[in-house]
Amino acid sequence: MPNLTLDRPSAPATGEHAPRRRPRRRPRRIETRVRTIISPHQLNSPRGRRIYWAVLVTVVVLFTLVFVFPLYWMVTGAMKTGDEIARMPPTLFPAEPTFDAFAEAWELFDIGLLLRNTTFYALGGWLFTMAVDVTAAFALSKLRPMFGNVILGAMLATLMIPPMVVLIPTYLTIVDVPLFGWHLLNTPWALWFPAAANGFNIFLLKRFFDSIPRELLEAAAIDGAGPVRMLWSIVMPVSRPILGVVSIFTIVNSYRDFVLPLLVLPDSDKMTISVGLSQTAGAVSQNAIMGGLVIASVPAIVVFFVFQRHIMAGLTAGSLKG
Amino acid sequence: MAGGIEATRATGSGWRLRPPPGPSPRSRTRLGRAVRRNLTAYGFLCGALFCFAVFAWYPMVREFILAFQRTNLIDPPEWVGFENFRTVIEDPAFGQAWLNTITFTLLALLCGYAVPFVVALILNELRHARAYLRFVVYLPVMLPPIVTVLLFRWLLDPGPGLFNQILDFLHLPPLAWLDSADTALISLVLVSTWMNMGTATLIYLAALQNIPAELYEAAELDGAGVLGRIRHVTIPQTRLILLLMLMLQIVATMQVFIEPYMLTGGGPENATVTVAYLMYQYAFVYGGNYGAGGALGMMLMIVLLAFAAVQLRLTRDDKS
Repeated sequence: MPNLTLDRPSAPATGEHAPRRRPRRRPRRIETRVRTIISPHQLNSPRGRRIYWAVLVTVVVLFTLVFVFPLYWMVTGAMKTGDEIARMPPTLFPAEPTFDAFAEAWELFDIGLLLRNTTFYALGGWLFTMAVDVTAAFALSKLRPMFGNVILGAMLATLMIPPMVVLIPTYLTIVDVPLFGWHLLNTPWALWFPAAANGFNIFLLKRFFDSIPRELLEAAAIDGAGPVRMLWSIVMPVSRPILGVVSIFTIVNSYRDFVLPLLVLPDSDKMTISVGLSQTAGAVSQNAIMGGLVIASVPAIVVFFVFQRHIMAGLTAGSLKG
Repeated sequence: MAGGIEATRATGSGWRLRPPPGPSPRSRTRLGRAVRRNLTAYGFLCGALFCFAVFAWYPMVREFILAFQRTNLIDPPEWVGFENFRTVIEDPAFGQAWLNTITFTLLALLCGYAVPFVVALILNELRHARAYLRFVVYLPVMLPPIVTVLLFRWLLDPGPGLFNQILDFLHLPPLAWLDSADTALISLVLVSTWMNMGTATLIYLAALQNIPAELYEAAELDGAGVLGRIRHVTIPQTRLILLLMLMLQIVATMQVFIEPYMLTGGGPENATVTVAYLMYQYAFVYGGNYGAGGALGMMLMIVLLAFAAVQLRLTRDDKS
């Protein structure tokens, strides 16, 4: 792209006429290292530039209004008093910001307990899922047993059927696990077992493991490493990026999950935060509900803030190959 | 390997120095190794096989059994033929539920499929604030759905809710949103789109970034305008991902549950009863009619499998 570095020929001429004002008024060139639909030339023409800035400002304002403003409304709603939150027309800023609603929500929803439960389910589910899915993907990718492809196909086929559709049979299975006779209702296993049966995790892990060169493992085998050792000391350290992605998704999903915990953990001292909020919301004042929602959102937003690169990478990792 | 055998034969005394290369002992160890490797592999697989078999494959099969049985968790299940299907089909909410689900899916496709693509197209052109915009558009996806749903229940409140207050501010007549049969379903679509569109947007954005710049340059040289470039370069280049997302969107929206469950309870006048919600009601609200729920679930599953088959067909045609 030769026109990248070419300056517009008119630049020096106008610069002479108004040496002080011109350089400031002239907007900076819009970055065009990556070419997209609009050509760099079009983009940096005076008209293109004006349109670009107009679109940019519109998009930023629109996105902020659409996606951030509701959250702002939630937070400020929680900081308003009961009178103010019901006032019409509403106030844009809380008149006398108070944190009482948060304390009230914490107590009424018993959020401490809910968060403890949710954390326990999320971390336990994460450990169990990783243990199950990593070993399975390793076996399918590197040990290549008979019928391995059939098993992989059957695992991936579950992705076609969303969990909601098989909700009732899953629930009945959890209530009374066939052959084993376990009753998993109100136990964390009711979430952990179904969470581990995740075809997408297997798919992501196996695809990554497939890219690990065979020689690496053969060398380890010659040094006398067994399969456990190979997985633990060679495959896992090399696969840190994908393990990170799968971990984050597992934890985030268990935090967001609603329907299954609603059914299989009905005891009020076993509930997850989502279920707890939904069950008590009818009996609590509006600003306390908002307080509860804010508290429930904070962990999610913090995780997103910290791991956004991993999350976005994971999002596109699986789907692009399709 | 054949070369190795010849080499040892040629040296003659190599027989003692190397492990016996003859065909029969060699194949025996290979068989032994294969057995061992399979045993280890299945040892590694057993946890996943258990989880999948009991909590993924078995429920799929059980759905079909359930649909033809009367199950109530106390008595042993009893075969009842098509009775469950009759119950379900004769329910006045049945037709409405399918109609709602299909309307919801179509509306959600309109919003949730076209909008993210257009948004991604625009985001891809922008050179500033990209990180911010990406963060913001994906933020709702990260929130627990219950937060979104409870928040919107308040925002959509016909009285002091934000939406009507904005309409009032603009001197527009207020809407009943969730309280009217006319607007309830579209309100659910709005909520659903708000909380889910981030995923599709980011996936499209990644796909758009993979389009080689030369294609655009070539199209431009051939005289294609901006719309022409979108039509002849962007869309063909993202065709596969567009098809895949279409399928994923349909699968995702066919199972809407939390929105009607928390926002409308299926009302007003059954205007927002979806198939998944009706299924839930049979099983867990109307005194545990698991059979009827199973029958509905089975229908939903067959529809989804049909979609999956069409999808596979389309992508296969695309590759060949």
